[in-house]
Amino acid sequence: MNRFRGFVIKEFFHIWRDPRTLLILVGIPVAQIMIFGFVISNDIKDLHIAVYDQSQDEVSREITNKIISSGYFILDQSIDHPSQIEESFKKGIVREVIVFGQDFGENLERLGVADLQIIADASDANTANLITNYTQAIINDYLKKLNATHQIPLKIETQVRMLFNEEMKGVYMFVPGTMALILMLISTMMTSISIAREKEFGTMEVLLVSPLKPVQIIIGKVAPYVALAFLDAVLILLMGVYVFKMPVLGSSTLLLLTALLYILMALSLGILISTIVKTQQVAMFISLIGLLLPTMLLSGFIFPIENMPLILQWVANILPFKYFIIMIKDIMLKGVGVAYIWKEGLVLLGFTLLFIALSVKKFKLRLE
Amino acid sequence: MIQKQNIIIVKNLVKKFGIFVANDHLNFEVREGEIFGFLGANGAGKTTAMRIICGLSLPTSGEIKVAGFDIYKEREKIKRNIGYMSQKFSLYPNLTIRENINFFGGIYGLSRTEIKTRTTNLLEKLQFTHAANKLIREIPLGWMQKLAFSIAILHKPKIAFLDEPTGGVDPITRRQFWEMIYEAAEQGITIFVTTHYMDEAEYCDRVSIMVDGRIEALDSPAKLKEKYAAESMNDVFLKLARIQLHESV
Amino acid sequence: METQNQIAVKVGQLSRSYGKVKALDLLSFQIVKGELFGFIGPDGAGKTTLFRIIASLLLPDVGSVKVGDFDTVKDFKEIRKITGYMPGRFSLYHDLTVEENLNFYASIFGTSLEENYELIKDIYSAIEPFKKRRAGKLSGGMKQKLALSCALIHKPEILILDEPTTGVDAVSRVEFWDMLKHLKTMGITILVSTPYMDEASLCDRVALMQKGKILTIDKPESITANFKKEIRAVRSDNIYQLIIDLREYRHTESVHPFGQDVHFIEKGGISTTATELTDYLHQKGHHHIHIQNINAGIEDCFMDLMKEE
Repeated sequence: MNRFRGFVIKEFFHIWRDPRTLLILVGIPVAQIMIFGFVISNDIKDLHIAVYDQSQDEVSREITNKIISSGYFILDQSIDHPSQIEESFKKGIVREVIVFGQDFGENLERLGVADLQIIADASDANTANLITNYTQAIINDYLKKLNATHQIPLKIETQVRMLFNEEMKGVYMFVPGTMALILMLISTMMTSISIAREKEFGTMEVLLVSPLKPVQIIIGKVAPYVALAFLDAVLILLMGVYVFKMPVLGSSTLLLLTALLYILMALSLGILISTIVKTQQVAMFISLIGLLLPTMLLSGFIFPIENMPLILQWVANILPFKYFIIMIKDIMLKGVGVAYIWKEGLVLLGFTLLFIALSVKKFKLRLE
Repeated sequence: MIQKQNIIIVKNLVKKFGIFVANDHLNFEVREGEIFGFLGANGAGKTTAMRIICGLSLPTSGEIKVAGFDIYKEREKIKRNIGYMSQKFSLYPNLTIRENINFFGGIYGLSRTEIKTRTTNLLEKLQFTHAANKLIREIPLGWMQKLAFSIAILHKPKIAFLDEPTGGVDPITRRQFWEMIYEAAEQGITIFVTTHYMDEAEYCDRVSIMVDGRIEALDSPAKLKEKYAAESMNDVFLKLARIQLHESV
Repeated sequence: METQNQIAVKVGQLSRSYGKVKALDLLSFQIVKGELFGFIGPDGAGKTTLFRIIASLLLPDVGSVKVGDFDTVKDFKEIRKITGYMPGRFSLYHDLTVEENLNFYASIFGTSLEENYELIKDIYSAIEPFKKRRAGKLSGGMKQKLALSCALIHKPEILILDEPTTGVDAVSRVEFWDMLKHLKTMGITILVSTPYMDEASLCDRVALMQKGKILTIDKPESITANFKKEIRAVRSDNIYQLIIDLREYRHTESVHPFGQDVHFIEKGGISTTATELTDYLHQKGHHHIHIQNINAGIEDCFMDLMKEE
């Protein structure tokens, strides 16, 4: 245990003393989240909306007024036929249509519940998401005030529909995407580089002739990176939630466990790379060209996998990144539990075991 | 003896890096056609001084003339009149022998026909003709060093600077290398060698020994050995360095 | 008496190739416990390969290597406990301080600096004032001392030092050999490799190596004493011309520059008197001719053996 501690301490020294490592650990995740986050606009002001009010009663008008007076929205037109909804979107000015059901006020008064539909133009998925969130918040606020005077709480059932992009591809993709990227960078690239560095400086020779077992050497080398990568995962999630108001609908524990599984997969890949390469330069090259690019391009992070040529889809399927992104997205945005993502989890686990098995086979007790 | 001209003149060369004085008022001359050994321990300031004399960096102060040119104003002319070889970097490992010769001939401004004839001569002299298309990384270290030296003097410079040229080769190859240096000196090329291998010092006409940024001794190996009652240049060096060590403690 | 000497390292019929290149070609030798044994030869002689095999870092193609009673292939775990290995490039962590390097190496061998301080005291004391300095900022001599301290930290019985004096200045080299002598008095068997011929005389026994083969193996003074050819050191005012002229002289076997001298060997022993040789050189236009019969040095022997191969 003492040996292991000595090893980990030494590894932390390496990390603290190399400004480049620190930059990769902290600078890149922050910068990337910020860049992706701000490129996707989140500034809502004077967005044009339309209202299709089928009941035209006091309550529906009050809600409409409240929405418009919020300052975020401008009423572009009132609609009186369903066919006009899509038409108004297609002109490109209207971004949201609010549809009040028939007898809206009456239903609310009598039954305690009324239907309301929010339809958004989701071709700009991020904005669409924000608009609908704002609208819902305004409605909830109205409801709260109303409920203050009511004994039985009233309910408005809002149904959100995203037009033109029903699955909301692209929404908040940058958080899972960045996670996939950064964790890969730290876990795979940094471990493979740090092991290759030992080879390059000749220190690996001394480690090998020491009584340390290869497993001890490897665990000693990667343990600090597990910790750091995990911290980075938390950092990225916190930024996503607090800076960019990204929802986490599912269990945070499950989310972190998924991140951990992915980190382990990436680490074992890093170890595998380091057993093959001899220099830091080659380790870096393989990690960047061989991993970073596919992570960015073939994970569904930037380009939807469904739109790729078939051959690239196959490639994407045999790379681990896609599965991680699916898992993270489903947990965060759909709020699903283990039951829905265990298959992807198994795939990641499979990759991890495969990489470890190959590394063990490749890792030499001796030099070549 | 004919008094030969001084081809390198160094007066009061000082180089400071912040408060650290790498070269502390160096004064020496190198005579045309001689083999001049520039010795010192690691970190004594040899490399710094040599870089200045080659025109690669500027001194803090001092007056330096190389091949008749001023180090401040005529660095380009100096560079055209010198050849340079170092053990650390000399040839491109992924180019063949011939490609290396062509490349370096080219950067020194030799014409194509000149490069061609000189390449043929050089390959013949080194008996490398059969291996001209071998990659540098495939040939033995000894060959590499001989080739690197030949390339450094391919453009017939007035001075050849050799930075720790012969490490790690067998004693026979090492001697062949020194014979090449003698030959070049015979043709009038001045040889300026930095090294911390003291046995290489024995081959030089004159040597200077640097300790802590200063030149502590400068003479022929024989005279230095006499002066310090030493059997070899190694002993001379040890005596000089030890005195310094005691002073500094 | 000889049988009482315990064998520290026993190498039999050892060969190792890298692709087509034979790095080691059927080596056999024994090293006695407590010996300071030198492997001397240029780059490419096979020194590093040999040391890696002895340190159980490399597998031999053919042959057997035993360190103490342990086989380097089967019992490598045992060997790793009793050997201290210092690779050619001083395997230190440049971003760690002197102290951190030592502590790290101590920890992976399950020991501590305090526990074995006595053993490394003499060596470490020279660098202890700089213990907070990063290893990358040390001079060559200090790096060498630190690397030696690291190799000694677990009290090895056998110390394997691969070119510890390469690239280190003359003063540090002398100090280093003094340290080795001191370690020898503590009963540690030391295997050291070097490209410097002049370091041979500092070893108990040496193996002269060239291209994967051992040219000879003996006490350094025996190697030079066994050199049967007669050598003359010749000097004149033009060394380059002297080499050329001596090569053209009848009976010449070899002509090698040695600093300001030229070592001259005639075929079948000396057949010309000094006067005859002087006359010949005068004729060729040499002045200040000086001829002296000398004893062979290790380098003379080495070159002679190289030619026989």
